Amino acid sequence: MSSGVITASYIGASALFILALAGLSHQETARRGNFYGMLGMGIALVVTIFGVVTDNHEFLIAGVVVGGYIGWVLAKRVEMTHMPELVAMLHSMVGLAAVFVGYANALDHSATMIGIEKTIHDVETYIGILIGAITLSGSIAAYLKLSAKISGRPLQLPGRHLFNLGLLIAAIWLAFLYVDQSAAGGGLSILILMTIIALMFGVHMVIAIGGADMPVVVSMLNSYSGWAAAAMGFMLGNDLLIVVGALVGSSGAILSYIMCKAMNRKFVNVILGGLGSKSTSAGPAGATGDVGDVSQIQPEEAAHLLESAKEVMIIPGYGMAVAQAQHIVYEITKKLRDKGVNVRFGIHPVAGRMPGHMNVLLAEAKVPYDIVYEMDEVNPDFPNVDVSVVIGANDIVNPAAQDVADSPIAGMPVLEPWKGKTTIVLKRGMSAGYAGVDNPLFYKENTRMLFGDAKDSVDEVLKFLNK
Amino acid sequence: MKIGVPKEIQDGEKRVALTPDVATQIMKLGFDVAMEACAGKAANFDDELYSNIGVEIIEDPQTLWTSSDILIMVRPPKQHPELGFYGIELLKEHQTLISFLYPAQNEEMLKELAARGVTALAMDSIPRISRAQKMDALSSMANIAGYRAIIEAAQHFGRFFTGQITAAGKIPPAKVLVIGAGVAGLSAIGTAKSMGAIVRAFDTRPEVKEQVESMDAEFLMLEFNEEDGSGEGGYAKTMSPEFIKAEMDLFASQAAEVDIIVTTALIPGRPAPELITERMVANMKPGSVIVDLAAEAGGNCKLTEENKVVVKHGVTLIGYTNLPSRLAAQSSQLYATNLRHLLTDLCPEKDGTIDVNMDDEVIRGATVVKEGHITWPPPAPVISRAPKADIGIKADAQVVEEEKKAHPFAFLIPLVVCALALFGLGSVAPAAFIGHLTVFTLSCFIGYMVIWGVSHSLHTPLMSLTNAISSIIVIGAIIQISSDSPLVIALATLSVFIASINIVGGFAVTQRMLRMFRK
Repeated sequence: MSSGVITASYIGASALFILALAGLSHQETARRGNFYGMLGMGIALVVTIFGVVTDNHEFLIAGVVVGGYIGWVLAKRVEMTHMPELVAMLHSMVGLAAVFVGYANALDHSATMIGIEKTIHDVETYIGILIGAITLSGSIAAYLKLSAKISGRPLQLPGRHLFNLGLLIAAIWLAFLYVDQSAAGGGLSILILMTIIALMFGVHMVIAIGGADMPVVVSMLNSYSGWAAAAMGFMLGNDLLIVVGALVGSSGAILSYIMCKAMNRKFVNVILGGLGSKSTSAGPAGATGDVGDVSQIQPEEAAHLLESAKEVMIIPGYGMAVAQAQHIVYEITKKLRDKGVNVRFGIHPVAGRMPGHMNVLLAEAKVPYDIVYEMDEVNPDFPNVDVSVVIGANDIVNPAAQDVADSPIAGMPVLEPWKGKTTIVLKRGMSAGYAGVDNPLFYKENTRMLFGDAKDSVDEVLKFLNK
Repeated sequence: MKIGVPKEIQDGEKRVALTPDVATQIMKLGFDVAMEACAGKAANFDDELYSNIGVEIIEDPQTLWTSSDILIMVRPPKQHPELGFYGIELLKEHQTLISFLYPAQNEEMLKELAARGVTALAMDSIPRISRAQKMDALSSMANIAGYRAIIEAAQHFGRFFTGQITAAGKIPPAKVLVIGAGVAGLSAIGTAKSMGAIVRAFDTRPEVKEQVESMDAEFLMLEFNEEDGSGEGGYAKTMSPEFIKAEMDLFASQAAEVDIIVTTALIPGRPAPELITERMVANMKPGSVIVDLAAEAGGNCKLTEENKVVVKHGVTLIGYTNLPSRLAAQSSQLYATNLRHLLTDLCPEKDGTIDVNMDDEVIRGATVVKEGHITWPPPAPVISRAPKADIGIKADAQVVEEEKKAHPFAFLIPLVVCALALFGLGSVAPAAFIGHLTVFTLSCFIGYMVIWGVSHSLHTPLMSLTNAISSIIVIGAIIQISSDSPLVIALATLSVFIASINIVGGFAVTQRMLRMFRK
């Protein structure tokens, strides 16, 4: 196959990938978008395999078949509540693949380059492996955090900023060494040393960030995996990789930005572990309010309240995902809608552990997406809402973000259920949210607390609704 | 412990302290329950309803008084009209009495209770704090009184409340003025509004404006410089003479216009303020109705007669003081529920014994006699403790920085830096690299434009999709796999393997998620 055909196919694949991302702008076109993505990937693979590969087909086929099968099984088996973990794991794989490709390239001396060309190529290789390794170890750390295999609390070593700075300086210094030695045909040991540093940096960066900031971390790693691909593209002189890498990289960067904005935090602060640090110090003392100061409600009364309402807003948070309550929540929704109650869902951008997490969970429970709204769409409606139900959410409905100027979450956009007539809060206890901030919403006169596991509570409510 | 419920003996009192519903719940707390025969009859709860759920029915009231550990009632104890006993003299140590007691007006009775060595809790002394709302019998009763006030007014008012246009002509809606927007006032507003009347409300506390407007009623404002009438515990305080004059002018002009006036103005421990003068009554349209909820404390209108309906100057004045009792089943249910909440707090172990814990703010407030000692009045309660929103730990990274005024050409600096960097790079780098850089830069911009359009709800699918396509890195591995070096082959094969997991996994899971989104 001529190189012209290959390049032309790559242009087609690039266009298809752009269309794939564009397709995600609407629910209606999203599936078509995914199809474009698959088509683009298929074209790129077929053209490369038939146009470039001259030998070792058996390894290639084995790798594709076995890997593909594993991927297929993973995708079928994963529960929607575990999507953040799966995504983190997949990120780590992009990172790992980038590291391998980078090493393979560094070992392959068939291409002869000299002078500035060689230097640029070496730097590209170096950066590609560096980003790949950070993505790899960072994603693994994120995966372990999300799946609660290690503590979600931020782990902050003393002098961590100095430590990071040291790693950065070492990485830059090693880059110069590598360029020097590579010109002489060596440098592999330097690459390995740099990889170890990058791996350490990735882990250290992620474990210093608190659980509530995970949406930012996941989207940031998403971005890194893109930049790693782009760096590989430069290294191999392949425009397709560059285009895709740039697309993915900017996509992840924008998601990180949206998440940070939704928490009114600066990206740098998140990365330096700003807010997360408070959940350590506030830790157990986070239970600031006294249960006695709030009005409690029993599931039966909650059911009556819901039945007699006209407008109901359900605000889910990570607690709903943990308790796996989304299916029963939808049962309740159906029951109420049959009775003519207008039930809607209000989603905060950072609810859950990754961008859009709540939407996926609700979709899994078959909640139609046209009753699921974004924060900005529903906030003006709260004065007309009779009952808001907050399920396993805390910081995203905290009025202190608006009222208390020196609150750690001041300025963070929040949902405003307190402007409605009644708010029912489903919660396990009075502990504070991830930000370690007490929530005045719970003490408001029109708030009723329904204590207990979210799943048990909604089960009870449904039981009374069925009566 | 045994809870005893005597029959109410006050004339015209139809309420009962315990309904069958609540009795069931109280028995779940471990208490035994006994009732005087016919105690619930006036509120339409027959003895059978009680005995069916296991409540003991006792014929002789004196036996009930002596055999119960806890006595719960609505009205304070009173001389029995037929049997001639008072009740308190039958009590002995370790018995507890829970009822409306009005300790401020009944000091004598407190002394008698103390002399008998009993414990007494007054339902009307429960502090009005957020936590105690569920036990606040005054609010429950006020709510019913407000509702009933409108029903009574409708009874005596000769027209519809709602406006109608019928074949027989046009009917204007009734205009209702509610003075005092406390619990009773708001309840009256809601009731009148739901019957279709035009409702106006006045209160000296400006903060209730929002509550009134939330019920779709009109809040009447005084043309007067700010004076806040909020007193302690949610009541209003007495206002200055200038304020009162402005207020009276407003009432005078309103009286001539409205059909129904409901007054609810009470200041604790003092006679009710006179708000509606005889002249205002005379100026009202004939057939108008005034319901005076302050009749027991002398009335907001001097023409009102306690417990009577009178017609003066063609205006019906209703002075019932037992409005809750006129809705006996409802008020009994609410009162009993308030009592149940109090008993639940008194019995934290749910073992059927009560513990009058004087460290508990609510129980402390309600307890007027404790084991023979008068404990009234309680120390001043903390009104609605505001939650501490900021718990001390301040954001270390969030130091408010002074924003510097940006120089008008400051935006040029990054551009210049970029231009210099590109120039430097362009002068040394090979053409191929610059070509790739072009592609890269343009792709970043395309990505930027496209991603902003992605719907928020699709962010998770976006991540899994970008994940899948970033595995395009596999191309790199495929290019390398035909190498001669076994190490390179091994690395490339591994990359192909890993990237394949990602490609298939990423697309498949995206597809799975997108299929779930449905209308």
